[in-house]
Amino acid sequence: MDVLTENFSLYGKGLLGTVELTGYASLLALGLGVLMAAFRVAPVGSLRAIGTVWVAVLRNTPLTLLFFAVLLGLPRFGLVLPFTTFAVLALGCYTSAFICEAVRSGINTVPVGQGEAARSLGLTFEQTLGAVIMPQAFRAVIPPIGSTLIALAKNSAIAGSFSVTELLGTYKNLNELGYSIIWSFVWIAVGYLIVTLTISAVFNVLETRWGVPR
Amino acid sequence: MAVDPLIELRDVNKYYGKLHVLRDIDLTVGRGEVVVVIGPSGSGKSTLCRTINRLESIESGTITLSGRPLPAEGKALAQLRAEVGMVFQSFNLFAHKTVLANVSLAQIKVRGRKKEQANERSRDLLDRVGLAAQADKYPAQLSGGQQQRVAIARALAMDPTVLLFDEPTSALDPEMINEVLEVMRQLAQEGMTMVVVTHEMGFARSAANRVVFMADGAIVEDRAPEEFFNAPKSDRAKDFLSKILKH
Repeated sequence: MDVLTENFSLYGKGLLGTVELTGYASLLALGLGVLMAAFRVAPVGSLRAIGTVWVAVLRNTPLTLLFFAVLLGLPRFGLVLPFTTFAVLALGCYTSAFICEAVRSGINTVPVGQGEAARSLGLTFEQTLGAVIMPQAFRAVIPPIGSTLIALAKNSAIAGSFSVTELLGTYKNLNELGYSIIWSFVWIAVGYLIVTLTISAVFNVLETRWGVPR
Repeated sequence: MAVDPLIELRDVNKYYGKLHVLRDIDLTVGRGEVVVVIGPSGSGKSTLCRTINRLESIESGTITLSGRPLPAEGKALAQLRAEVGMVFQSFNLFAHKTVLANVSLAQIKVRGRKKEQANERSRDLLDRVGLAAQADKYPAQLSGGQQQRVAIARALAMDPTVLLFDEPTSALDPEMINEVLEVMRQLAQEGMTMVVVTHEMGFARSAANRVVFMADGAIVEDRAPEEFFNAPKSDRAKDFLSKILKH
């Protein structure tokens, strides 16, 4: 218990770092994921190709490798950003591939007739997708998106190895200060539980509010 | 008839892989005409109906609407579809929207009407199909016949020049068929141009100007309903009519 009370601000900073990383990366992942899903069902071949390559590359690259690529690679092209921003980019892009596939599977659950009806009324592809298909697709994919964002929260631990302040990284400081490793980790685990259980709770609410009425 | 041709199909051919589903289709629908398309299942009548607003593409031939050829894609195609209303066998009401929002959606998105304006028009149309009281319900809460009448109101909301009906009563319980046919009959009387794919011979007899009989992807007969039902020329049509009228 002493570990927590004596290092409350350290834990707090770590937790805040993880929450920040998770929050921003989630927004990026959701935005890019939905956009890529739209690309993958678009009537334009080049957009479909972009979506397919995006998912294939990002989903099949180990996240650590992706962190190296972003943190060491981008500065070589003259793009120098704070490490936290790089971490958000890596996490967000990586997770967007999974969001994209979840959303796409949701799109496939919407009956073909819904899109046909929308098109027959004169709605464009974008309007059909935005007003008719996506709202129905989302309801079907709330649970898998919740799981993906929980995975994102846990994956954010990798950022600690790249000098980004986040929860897991706090163990290094605590270790140097001579605290018991086991208790340090117990409180770190509790921190992650707070984040992931919050995400679960939010998605449970969303599911009961917006879930597909049958 | 066909004084003022609205829809013209010339030498239209369509394939699903090797299957030749539309063979050299020539069809003219005049303004104000009600054309009923009948035929055995798999004869291509639904496909024919769906080519007119390009929900199905064609391999060869031309389709024109008011003299203009159908655009292949993009904004121009969307604009054309707004002129051509369509009613589906499975209703296809937007499941996540209320009845009122179903009828208003395209008015707002495509016609650019204000929401209040669109809703007002929607309520008028719902009243016309006898469903004003159901405006705030969701499609799943309505019966099949009610859903189909909403679908008709939704198509009418765009002020289309022609309405396509793709087997509008085939998914309905028998006691609900008439409420839908009644609405269609009214539209026919008001001079709406309609292409109706159906198995309802009573509707064909009473409301159609012409009956088009299709078999194996081709138009076999195209005549006035009385002539067709009383004295079909082709063996294929005689065979078809003997099967459906004999009970």
